[in-house]
Amino acid sequence: MAVGREIRTKIGSVQNTQKITKAMEMVAASKMRKAQDRMKAARPYAQKMRNVVAHLANANSEYHHPYMLGREIKNVGLIIISTDRGLCGGLNANLFRMLVKQMKEWDGQGVGVKLSTIGSKAAGFFGRVGGDLIGQVSSLGDAPSMEELVGTVKVMLDAFEDGSVDQVYVVYNSFVNSMTQTPQLEQLLPIRSDGDDELRHHWDYIYEPDAKEVLDQLMIRYVESLVFQGVVENGACEQSARMVAMKSASDNAGKLIDELQLIYNKARQSAITQELSEIVSGAAAV
Amino acid sequence: MAMTVHVDIVSAEAEIFSGLAEMVYAPASMGEMGIAPGHTPLLTSLKPGEVRVQLADGKEESFYVSGGMLEVQPKVVTVLSDTAVRADDLDEARALEARDKASQALKDQSTEMDYAKALADYAEATAQVQAIERLRKRAR
Repeated sequence: MAVGREIRTKIGSVQNTQKITKAMEMVAASKMRKAQDRMKAARPYAQKMRNVVAHLANANSEYHHPYMLGREIKNVGLIIISTDRGLCGGLNANLFRMLVKQMKEWDGQGVGVKLSTIGSKAAGFFGRVGGDLIGQVSSLGDAPSMEELVGTVKVMLDAFEDGSVDQVYVVYNSFVNSMTQTPQLEQLLPIRSDGDDELRHHWDYIYEPDAKEVLDQLMIRYVESLVFQGVVENGACEQSARMVAMKSASDNAGKLIDELQLIYNKARQSAITQELSEIVSGAAAV
Repeated sequence: MAMTVHVDIVSAEAEIFSGLAEMVYAPASMGEMGIAPGHTPLLTSLKPGEVRVQLADGKEESFYVSGGMLEVQPKVVTVLSDTAVRADDLDEARALEARDKASQALKDQSTEMDYAKALADYAEATAQVQAIERLRKRAR
């Protein structure tokens, strides 16, 4: 029967789409668990690093590292962490919307913005709309390693040291829970000490071999650890956002199939009714 | 009970050890170093080598680190172990790579941020979503 052939093919194609989105949902769900584990594993290091730097800010050091000294803000540097792939709902779009708003504000104040991007989505976005890109890295994969980030971070640190940027921020999605991710703008440099004079005892570390060398190494690691933390957190966000997006896509496909099925059944029924009434009226005419 | 100090050994990708120890030995950049509880605050970098932790029950555990930082507070010893292989020239090469990629991406684009275009991008996306929603409502 030729009735509703188009509807049947349509149902078939929606079913195929649903199969794909279901598969992606399940893949994202299993990757999400791993990404969350990775995020939890990275936390102690970042936490310990923060502790050490907080101790340091309170210590009475004879050497003040340039990263700890604020200066007038003429240019800011942003390290933007995005995903490499799409189909993860509004995750990247929300991040970029916040960024554009913030950058416009800076622009209004006459503050220049330099960018260093991690992940191909950010590179693509700022490639399209413009922006002063000074560093870029992408395709980190599911298990990002510290090694891959060193380059982009160093570009920013160099810019901070030679004075072409006066503040460095990292931008990423912070993981609240698997349903909620919020875009986050966090200041990396200059390092803000708590300013708590009560804690300022008159003590200092023993530095080996000397303060400058040790602090240089420590500060680079501190910034890298915060960026790395951002990357793994963004990774967990990506998987959970994708899982939710794919789940709602599968649900939508299911609804669409139900609707199409109903239309198809109605069309078939009316075709049968019409045929019957034709036969009956034909018989009555004889 | 013997005096103990809390020891944390962490790397960027995992927490390696956390517990109480009577003594910690670490390969500091100036030479092997032994730290007893109540040591004065100290900050140093580590060479690749073995960190040995003498536990309260007399056993000893050892961990390999490929370099990192060591922080000593009277009651806490923290080893921040590196996961990446570090060297100045290596870092420089990585930075160069990141810069190259950026300049490649910049080739066919202006460095001026085009806010109008960015906003137009969003307006377009939102309009698409709204159109789809309207279509769905009509279908019901």
